Amino acid sequence: MNARVHAIRIGLARGWHEFVVGLRSPQDQGFYVFFGLGALGLLWLSRDDVLEGTSLTVPQVALPSLLAGIIVFSILVGPAYALALEREDGTLLRSRMAPYGLHGYLTGLGLLNVLGIVPVAVVVLGGSAILFDGAVPTDPARWVVAIGAILLGVLATLPLGFVVGSLVRKIQQVTTWGMLPIVALAWISGIFGSMEALWPWVRTLAQLFPLYWLAHLLRYAFLPEAAVVGELGGVWRLGLGVTALIVWSVIGTVPATLLVRRMARRQSGAAVAQARDQAAQFVR
Amino acid sequence: MTTEPVVRVRDLRMRYGTNDVLRGVDLEVHRGEVVGLLGPNGAGKTTTIEILEGFRRPSAGEIDVLGVDPLVADEAWRARIGVVLQSWRDHARWTPRDLIAHLGSYYRPFSTPERQRPLDTEEVIDLVGLGDAADQRILTLSGGQRRRLDVAVGIIGRPELLFLDEPTAGFDPQARREFHDLIHRLTDLEGTTVLLTTHDLSEAEKLADRILILAGGRIVANGSADALARQIRASAEVRWTQDGQRMVHATQDATAYVRELLGQHPRGIEDLEVRRASLEDTYLEFVRAHLEDREVVRPVAPALVTEERR
Repeated sequence: MNARVHAIRIGLARGWHEFVVGLRSPQDQGFYVFFGLGALGLLWLSRDDVLEGTSLTVPQVALPSLLAGIIVFSILVGPAYALALEREDGTLLRSRMAPYGLHGYLTGLGLLNVLGIVPVAVVVLGGSAILFDGAVPTDPARWVVAIGAILLGVLATLPLGFVVGSLVRKIQQVTTWGMLPIVALAWISGIFGSMEALWPWVRTLAQLFPLYWLAHLLRYAFLPEAAVVGELGGVWRLGLGVTALIVWSVIGTVPATLLVRRMARRQSGAAVAQARDQAAQFVR
Repeated sequence: MTTEPVVRVRDLRMRYGTNDVLRGVDLEVHRGEVVGLLGPNGAGKTTTIEILEGFRRPSAGEIDVLGVDPLVADEAWRARIGVVLQSWRDHARWTPRDLIAHLGSYYRPFSTPERQRPLDTEEVIDLVGLGDAADQRILTLSGGQRRRLDVAVGIIGRPELLFLDEPTAGFDPQARREFHDLIHRLTDLEGTTVLLTTHDLSEAEKLADRILILAGGRIVANGSADALARQIRASAEVRWTQDGQRMVHATQDATAYVRELLGQHPRGIEDLEVRRASLEDTYLEFVRAHLEDREVVRPVAPALVTEERR
């Protein structure tokens, strides 16, 4: 039995266990519902608006974009927060003590955050299906495309979450280096509205990141052909989108692996004890 | 002990900036031994243990743990050692049973016919005495229960070498006693080699076969609690009051001295007390000697040392 593969399998069981335990926790339930309802509220505000040149309503067009935003946000900020927190509180260290425990830990962390999308997506998609006519596709073929795009988007984003989580010194820095950039990226990537008003160089910048491409692919999956008028250049660029996401997942893995290893190496009982003492000391 | 040492350290040095924490530590731990590393705060006990665990890179020195330099050791090596960590708030939502089983499962590929890994989760829960707490959320455990969990996690992979850093810090006397029983059960059962740090002298005396005193970045004493006590002073002190004066006499043979004393003075001897040199005396003498940069006070010919104080 290959011990590394074995550890990754244990990690999957770990991620599932943490997800199931989390589902029973009011804290996690509250987070899922709050997040989901927030997104629905945003769509509700523009329920009567129509996309120019089409008969599509704005919630219809905005739903796949917002879904992409939620996914990228969760997959980046979730693991980043968890890494920053769990290396201080000794969670990571515990796993690291076991042979290939770091492999298992990271696998579990990844799976937990991927699974964490599901409850939010259920609230957002379920709510949209009820509130906005035709916003949620019923054709299974469209769902196959959507799920494929989501998996690619997850693989492209997850390494970034590990990178941010490994680099920050303190958990508060995840807000600065993870959350704020993602919100800014969401604005320039057209998650909250059209990109037409943006400067050309900002639009180009947005297209360097995975968020734009995940949103693009999800709009393709969710919307009728007529919606293409809302896209940059008025065309679907599926091949480019898929390529961009794959490139991100490949090049992201290298720094993620190196940085996580470096971070894990620095953890020890004394480091955890120091963090504990600092946490107890509010005034410095 | 004639077996190959499980831990062998030669001239270990550790420097943080301009601060020399370890200045040439030599130590050996043999298979099946329980060794206590004792020393004042800041002496470098934790640093030493973390270097042996492979978590810190020493500034210099030869380190061999289970035949390997911990810095380059692989995961198969990690499977052979156990570390008892102090839990804080990790895995708050897990139950001890789930966590022990989960962490234990990593060791399965490293099981050998001679050493089956991991240990059975139920057996470990029994061994550490977690009992009903095994199915509570870890969040709700008491401090003592947490430390049992820490030990359970430390031993679930059936380690050949177990590290414990200040295992009973913050324990009440009851919890401390129970923890000591647990360590005895462990070492009896598995023949596990144990290296523990503590600044509790009675703990070192109760648990360790051999004590190493670390002071000023060096091992300043090495031996069993008894042997160390013998090194610094005659093995017993006889104290009494004679005509209102408090007398103290150090001797190797307290019985003979007391017999002689009472023979010479049929009356007038009161408050007779025979006291063996404690490990605490030993320890303080070693640390003080180190700080004052002098030799430890060794016994002169027995029965000749007579200190009389008011």
